[in-house]
Amino acid sequence: MFDKLFAPDVLAEAAEIIRTQFPLAIWETVYVTILSTAFAIVIGLPLGVILVVGEKNGIRPLPAWLMRALNVIINLLRSVPFLILMVLVFPLTRAIVGTVVGTVASIVPLVIAAFPFIARLAEGSLREVNPNTIEMAQSLGASPMQIITQVMIPESVPSLISNATIAITTILGYSAMSGIIGGGGLGKIAMNYGYYRYKYLIMVAAVILLILLVQLFQTVGTRLAVKADKRLKNKG
Amino acid sequence: MIEIKNLSKSYHTADGDVEALRSVSLTIPDGDIFGIIGMSGAGKSTLVRTINMLERPTDGSVVVDGVDMSTLSDAELRKKRREITMIFQGFNLLMQRNCLENVCFPLKISGLAGEKKWREKRAMELLETVGLADKAKAYPAQLSGGQQQRVAIARALATNPKVLLCDEATSALDPTTTASILDLIRSINEKTGITVIIITHQMSVVESVCRHVAILDGGVIAETGEVGEIFSYPTTAAAKRLVFPEGDVIAASVVPGERTIRVVFNGSEATSTPLIAHMAVEEGIEANIAYASTRTLDGREYGSMLLGIRDGEEALRRAIDYLNAADGVMAGEVKF
Repeated sequence: MFDKLFAPDVLAEAAEIIRTQFPLAIWETVYVTILSTAFAIVIGLPLGVILVVGEKNGIRPLPAWLMRALNVIINLLRSVPFLILMVLVFPLTRAIVGTVVGTVASIVPLVIAAFPFIARLAEGSLREVNPNTIEMAQSLGASPMQIITQVMIPESVPSLISNATIAITTILGYSAMSGIIGGGGLGKIAMNYGYYRYKYLIMVAAVILLILLVQLFQTVGTRLAVKADKRLKNKG
Repeated sequence: MIEIKNLSKSYHTADGDVEALRSVSLTIPDGDIFGIIGMSGAGKSTLVRTINMLERPTDGSVVVDGVDMSTLSDAELRKKRREITMIFQGFNLLMQRNCLENVCFPLKISGLAGEKKWREKRAMELLETVGLADKAKAYPAQLSGGQQQRVAIARALATNPKVLLCDEATSALDPTTTASILDLIRSINEKTGITVIIITHQMSVVESVCRHVAILDGGVIAETGEVGEIFSYPTTAAAKRLVFPEGDVIAASVVPGERTIRVVFNGSEATSTPLIAHMAVEEGIEANIAYASTRTLDGREYGSMLLGIRDGEEALRRAIDYLNAADGVMAGEVKF
């Protein structure tokens, strides 16, 4: 099946498809990933905060049943495979976007899949804040809300950036997967040409671009996290 | 004035209830530097945390300037905490903010500080007070432990508190840095009249800076009074353990018929042996060194010594006066 992979006509056709379709696909993948991550952070970060501060010994304990329910819902959403989740949220997607196919429609299941993941990542980051630092803030008369916004979140910014990077690369992978059932972007091209029409060269090119995007996001994320961390000595 | 009345605190653990504090009563006058000393596990940290209600007492009350702390609402308590600030063993600075922002932090959360410019001006003044104005833009990770504690002190002073709680504030520092931090605390106390409560397990800290001391042992106040008094005439077992950690050895080395002087070296420039020799030459007092545990750090002497004096009351008085005249040396008679 790979014997004619580099035949002149195959190469010419691949070059044509890459030239005409890839720029839009790259753009779709990038904006779906970034938008989905942004929405998922908007929902996931506050949940992560609640998971930490709402505990029995947290700074703002919440009813135990509420915390239990929250944990169950997050675990539940995290255990559903993404492809199945996409199908399950069709009604929601239709209600919000009006359709279940297309690039914009794929944002809904991506956000639903990503926010519980981000909530857990944020929870981990916020737990790293030294409890003594929180006690210090309490001793100076800080309210729970002030501790959250002025101590816990600012103190864990480097860790939150690292975890946001993990989230965005994971969501990039999911967004490619969403190409199977209607989503746009590089995933759709890889599926349509590589899987349905046996144009493996196109599929390989799409995958290489996905790899490059992951590398790009990871490099930028790591640099930002290091740059944000003031605990590192000997830095300008 | 801080009045602690019949304060008790117990914790529920898997092995049953643990009583951290049992019916503790203390009165701490305004403007005092009050030491609370005890071995680890004595309940010192719990006690100091009940003063600003970071720990809620199980029983009893803490009354600060006539206000019973346990009756305050959450919002009232937060407001009150601006008057009773705290420094810690681990400094607890915000690691992602520079020194200036750390000092601004209590002003910012208090909401009364208005403009950012005003806050920063006040913070700069405080950094000058602690001698770190040049480090305003530095991050805590770039500072030494002593410098971090200075920033923490500046931060604790930002809201003009009436009381400063020091929870093992010098325990993570070397003796020289400890001495400089204690000097700073003393000078702030003298300048502003702030009441300082120092929690420590180090005798030397109490001896060098506190006026009054309470010895906490197993959750109970064993002894309380003036520092010189308590450390010269320790009457309870807990006090004796603190003053003479090598108790049995000392008791054995005291010669019958001699009176004993305890000499404490707290960063004195004079070294112990020449000082005793000079005393013999200049005052004609022969002292028998019954016990000595001193060490020299950065050319300064730390530790304590027991001297046996044979020549009676007058010689004893003269010896005590002579030793007390030396810089960084404290001396007084002890009885066993």
